[in-house]
Amino acid sequence: MNTRLAWAVGLTALVALPFAYRDPYHLHIMVLILIWSFAYTSWSIMGRFGLVSLGHGGFMGVGAYVTTLLWNHLGVSPWIGIPVAMLCAGALALVVAYPCFRFRITGHYFALVTLALSGIVLQIIIATRDYTGGSLGYTPERTKGSHILALQFDDKIVWYLIALGVWAGGLAVWYWIDRSMSRYAMEAISEDEDAAAAAGVNVTAEKLRITVISAVMTALAGALYGQYQMFISPDTVSGIAVSLQMVFAAVVGGIYVALGPTIGAIITIMLAEVLRVGFGTKAVGWDNLVYGVLLVLFIIFLPKGILGSLLAWVKSPRKHRDG
Amino acid sequence: MLVVEGLVKRFGGFTAVNNVSFKVDQGEILGLIGPNGSGKSTIFNMLSGTFPPTSGSIRFGGKEIAGLPPYRIINSGVGRTFQIPRPFRRLTIFENVALAGYYGQGSHSLAKAEEAAERALDMVGLQTDRAASVDGLGAAGLKKLELAKAIATGPKLLLADESLGGLDETEMNQAADMLRKIRTELGITIIWVEHIMGVLMRVVDRVMVLDHGEKISEGLPSAVSHDPRVIEVYLGTDAHATQATAAAAAGGSPTTR
Repeated sequence: MNTRLAWAVGLTALVALPFAYRDPYHLHIMVLILIWSFAYTSWSIMGRFGLVSLGHGGFMGVGAYVTTLLWNHLGVSPWIGIPVAMLCAGALALVVAYPCFRFRITGHYFALVTLALSGIVLQIIIATRDYTGGSLGYTPERTKGSHILALQFDDKIVWYLIALGVWAGGLAVWYWIDRSMSRYAMEAISEDEDAAAAAGVNVTAEKLRITVISAVMTALAGALYGQYQMFISPDTVSGIAVSLQMVFAAVVGGIYVALGPTIGAIITIMLAEVLRVGFGTKAVGWDNLVYGVLLVLFIIFLPKGILGSLLAWVKSPRKHRDG
Repeated sequence: MLVVEGLVKRFGGFTAVNNVSFKVDQGEILGLIGPNGSGKSTIFNMLSGTFPPTSGSIRFGGKEIAGLPPYRIINSGVGRTFQIPRPFRRLTIFENVALAGYYGQGSHSLAKAEEAAERALDMVGLQTDRAASVDGLGAAGLKKLELAKAIATGPKLLLADESLGGLDETEMNQAADMLRKIRTELGITIIWVEHIMGVLMRVVDRVMVLDHGEKISEGLPSAVSHDPRVIEVYLGTDAHATQATAAAAAGGSPTTR
């Protein structure tokens, strides 16, 4: 009951925020944090069960590029383009993951296969530069008609509210899975696939389901990012760097708790911004260096992530008092 | 209810199970014994779908199940336990069993799964405190959990891979009584795998003996324990003691030493 109240108060405060405080730079940072939080949450939906994907940059790229290509070349509204892009990402996830799960490619090998997926999507974007703009990036055409139909808004408050809604939706999906039998099944599968199968779990189907949900959500994050920034490039929404950034942020925040990836997004984006503002062009690429070092430290010393460790620490003294 | 014909399993050039046929009738407890590496677990793995047979047929309730994926075999009413308990340590005891109740019955109703879990835990005599962790269980407790998971899937046929080696004599007898209770109270047909003969002979209706992947004897416990081929297989371990124990147990009188 208390947590429910906290959620209600927190969400109301977040919805009210832009009406009380409208500094455009800070709003911009918050929109970015919300969109990336949603992407990281999507990653952790499968990552928390030991399905470590290094291919989510690929799903994000599919989301952003399919939506923009449909709009620029065929004039299809993002309202249709985004669902189509999500379907494409889901189909791609099925094509890649089914053989992996069917033939029991797990752990490090699964991560390697998905790493290849990241690379392939990146290469395809660059190779078809006549359509996608290649590594120079790509801009959705400004609408001459309805802003709503084109999903292009100049007002940052609108974007803030959209991002907030999608982020909350992502958390809702996280909780829905957390409370369903799927969580039991996935925990069981991550420990022992044969024993899970002996309990009647359709191992391949359960893993596929979680993977497709995760991929489809990530594609939505990519599409939103493109619509908001009005510029996409392989470096910002696709490729291996983006995939690694997702893993890093989710691990830092904590992959076993709902708000972990959100905390991860806040930390990584603030870090990148501080470096950018503080050191300017001298610090280009520094954030990646810091990420790398932190990732190693976190995996060794704080495997539950910042939020996960914090929650465990808050809970443990209470247990001692009860016992 | 289960008819197995010409079952063969080869791993590369090694034949683990060679042309084994047998039948299991409704309500019976069939003992499956043999030395280590005689093919017992391989047969179980084929019956439960862990891997498909190289050739041969497995008909359960008139339907061919050989080569089906495990979850479909489990859902058709075949439950199994593993020789070495394989609990899910990230779940509580209750969640372990509820998981089996949910997916194993294909009912996909949470309430029914929890009810099945309660009943299964009650049956094997494990506490039903829902927050209890698996880490608190000892060897005997883990065996009970393994059994509860299998029962919760609602099997008509239970494949019990019971290596009782890790238990002391009292625990072995308890485990044997447990299987008999499961048969009587739940009406579940059981195939019981074991590599020592003693306790098993007291409980089973019929015994099948495997050696080097082949069936060397089958019949009533009393007859099988006097079969010269069976004695030969167990010779070199403790043939006479085993035979005496088995014969005495099969005869119904308690073993005296």
